[in-house]
Amino acid sequence: MTESHIIKAFDRDLAELDEKIVKMGKLAEKTLDGALRALRKRDPELAGAIILRDREIDQLDMEIEDRAISLIALRQPMANDLRSVIAALKIASDLERIGDLAKNIARRVITLADSKPPKPLKKGLKRMGKQVIGQLHDILEAYRTRDAQKALEVRERDEDIDEAYNALFRELLTYMMEDPRTIGLCTHLLFGARNLERIGDHITNIAENIVYLATGERLEQARPKSDATAGMMPPPAVEDTPDGGNGE
Amino acid sequence: MNAIEHNGAEAPAATEAVDGAAPGANANRAKLDIRHLDFYYGKNHVLHDINLKIPERQVMAFIGPSGCGKSTLLRTFNRIYSLYPNQRAEGEIWMDGENILGRDVDINLLRAKVGMVFQKPAPFPMSIFDNIAFGIRLYERLPKAEMEERVVSALKRAALWDEVKDMLGKSGAALSGGQQQRLCIARAIAVKPEVILLDEPTSALDPISTAHIEELVMELAADYTIVIVTHNMQQAARMSSRTAFMYLGEIIEEGETDQIFTAPRKEKTQDYITGRFG
Repeated sequence: MTESHIIKAFDRDLAELDEKIVKMGKLAEKTLDGALRALRKRDPELAGAIILRDREIDQLDMEIEDRAISLIALRQPMANDLRSVIAALKIASDLERIGDLAKNIARRVITLADSKPPKPLKKGLKRMGKQVIGQLHDILEAYRTRDAQKALEVRERDEDIDEAYNALFRELLTYMMEDPRTIGLCTHLLFGARNLERIGDHITNIAENIVYLATGERLEQARPKSDATAGMMPPPAVEDTPDGGNGE
Repeated sequence: MNAIEHNGAEAPAATEAVDGAAPGANANRAKLDIRHLDFYYGKNHVLHDINLKIPERQVMAFIGPSGCGKSTLLRTFNRIYSLYPNQRAEGEIWMDGENILGRDVDINLLRAKVGMVFQKPAPFPMSIFDNIAFGIRLYERLPKAEMEERVVSALKRAALWDEVKDMLGKSGAALSGGQQQRLCIARAIAVKPEVILLDEPTSALDPISTAHIEELVMELAADYTIVIVTHNMQQAARMSSRTAFMYLGEIIEEGETDQIFTAPRKEKTQDYITGRFG
């Protein structure tokens, strides 16, 4: 914001909207961090607390929507003010979805409390979680500083998350084929990974909105998208051996 | 570049499209092409090297703080300033291959081609019918039936007919403010202009009358080139296809209205339209 408005209340309204987004972002980050920690430690209690926290995020989303609507109605924002309000609305709904997806991960922790995921899987998921948390942190920083360049960098890096997801997907398929008893566990982990990948997509949405907010330019639809799992199938078993093992 | 060469200067190509206009239907040719225009009130230099193309059959809005020169610029398009002593324009304004600032331009014909509507509706102290017929009579001698037809069609075009058809003999002053303004627009249309200049046409009107005028102006844009000066930014945003932002006698930024109001390129424009000026 370059100069202040002649009508000072307008500045206050915009600043308030901004604070709420920042607050909501911090909350989303905490929720995701908590969900991943609960997953690592298989801590259903922590997971339960995380699930409750999502309500706060939903509440903030509603508040931001109300504020934005009344700001549009009462102040008729133009140019960068208009872009701030529209970006706030859109970013809030992406953060709200991120909260939901984190909550969903926490729910699976409760289901999985008694099972022991194999180490390499835990490692893969942990690494992916770290990537996503890092992305979320950076994008919120880019929002605070209205840094379009940083937002673009975050958006580019979504590719890494998609690749991590592809790798994990492949790994989980292999586990399930090797040992059908792990199907339940692996499916939950697969959904967990899927949730992280979706969070990555919401982060790229936020990145695009930050670029619009800061520059007024809309990015082209095309963006790095490397989720290849839609085309993945386990290799068909060549021959069923009598003992159920899968060939060489 | 300010030398006025009425005869030597080349007329712009008639098909030249307005810069930055989208290709296709939107790429209207420039009806008015303003080149290196300077304007003086006595020694006061109030417009500085204005270069601007005004697209044909679209609405163009001028916005800017009071005293920025937007009304002055508008008033050069029909040379109405020449009614006052000590006001002079330098530069060129091309319309259909003719520099309208040229010495040998017939000012009366120019004003028939370029009609104007002012901030305060000013109907003549005569009947509604005569308010419109008066202007026509200045330029043409029409048989009674034809004159009636012209008056009715102007009133219809100005979306006033239904409200006044049973009281054409009544005084124009008996109408409401919004109706009076539409009467003035009808009066401007009746002489078959090509360009209509509107100087704050709704600033004295209530919101409903304003909406009627806005609707009317947008409809008229199908047939006329319209230039509007307004202090109401929402109005400029609603009505125009292109907007020029002026400040201290210069055009700071001109472009598609959509772009000006969502993502202006100049900081000054942004500060003004977001209410951060001063």
